[in-house]
Amino acid sequence: MDTIRLYRSTIGKKAVMAVTGAALFLYVVAHMVGNLSIFAGPGALDAYGRWLRDIGVVWPVRVGLLACVVLHFVAAYQLTARARKARGRYEHRRVVQGSYAARTMRWGGVVIALFVVYHLLDLTVGVLNPNGVPGEIHANVVADFQHWYVVLAYTAAVLALGFHLRHGVWSATQTLGVTTSRALGLGVAIVICAGFLSVPFAVFTGLVS
Amino acid sequence: MKLTLRIWRQSGATGRLVEYPVDDLSEDMSFLEALDVLNERLILAGEEPVAFDHDCREGICGMCGVMINGVAHGPQKATTACQLHLRHFKDGDVLTVEPWRADPFPVVRDLVVDRGAFDRIVAAGGYISVPTGSAPEAHATPVPKPDADTAFEAAACIGCGACVAACPNGSAMLFTAAKATHLGVLPQGQPERYSRARDMVAEHDALGFGGCTNTGECTTVCPKGIPLTTIARLNADLLRAHTTRSDR
Repeated sequence: MDTIRLYRSTIGKKAVMAVTGAALFLYVVAHMVGNLSIFAGPGALDAYGRWLRDIGVVWPVRVGLLACVVLHFVAAYQLTARARKARGRYEHRRVVQGSYAARTMRWGGVVIALFVVYHLLDLTVGVLNPNGVPGEIHANVVADFQHWYVVLAYTAAVLALGFHLRHGVWSATQTLGVTTSRALGLGVAIVICAGFLSVPFAVFTGLVS
Repeated sequence: MKLTLRIWRQSGATGRLVEYPVDDLSEDMSFLEALDVLNERLILAGEEPVAFDHDCREGICGMCGVMINGVAHGPQKATTACQLHLRHFKDGDVLTVEPWRADPFPVVRDLVVDRGAFDRIVAAGGYISVPTGSAPEAHATPVPKPDADTAFEAAACIGCGACVAACPNGSAMLFTAAKATHLGVLPQGQPERYSRARDMVAEHDALGFGGCTNTGECTTVCPKGIPLTTIARLNADLLRAHTTRSDR
């Protein structure tokens, strides 16, 4: 294994982004499935939270996620700086290909990172939560999504994540040398968006209280 | 027909767009022939003609190529600028004509850019080593038909540079991948397959090209339709070269 030389190449940095992105994506899937336990009845979400602490996965996962985010961001920053220097500047340029998702990967990633900070202060630390009692996950979530502006903020962030995944999932497979269909990314994005948005809208419309 | 060409003129470090009305054009002319008409008039008027690259004018040499209204080789798919006919434009159209732009492609003059960077990527590994002696019998090495097709599709690359010109990251990954695929799927290309991927990508990066984000503008403007799958193939070879191969 020739890690240093591999990381020096543009493809090596992309591979780091693909692998860390895949790890973050697996966490997102697990997070979404966990969220859906709110539909299993009163107390299910709180019980799920207690179970995660009981089996001792919370801090190892947090450390791993932080490492992935740092690696993902550093590689993205280096590749962006490189692209800025390399690309041409035209008087007249027309975009001929590339989805909205593909063109907004960089700033979309920044939007997601900022949302994660807010999300942690809201539902992990609790300082930005209207209820904000540790362990009362269900009550905190319900207190949040009574407010239209919280629902709006979460919706915008989930859609940003959806766009990021739409291009990111497909692009990561391409980077790791596997050619798949772009439809894979679109399908993943739709499922993730639907799963995450079901909770705020269920609370906001009164289906969950 | 009549066109108004806004052409990038540059003789030193900086340049600017200059507007030229060109009339008495035929819709059967190629885009380069419209530039020829303009240049004849400029020469007769004692002005400096517009410098542009061209050679075969049959769409197979890779010398020509300019941005026409912001699209590499103009609006017609799978067509080089020399094979782009004026019938694809409307009488009275205003067209902005610019050289390829990317940091590793410096403008030499007007619409001419130095694409020597492509030669250096090829020199880094875009070849197979063949011992001297009599040529081997061509049919002695069987090549499966799907491999031959994949290699041929990639070998259609004429190295024009449109992929770099269109790339939002200034990446030459489609070009590099086309060369690596063309050789890497054939039996003759196997001995150097992984060192080729490693060396060509290292040279690509050293020349200052950007990284690929799989946006796909390159393959859309490519006059030969080189597919993005070649880039996935190169990625796989490069990762293997750096992870499991002992001959790295």
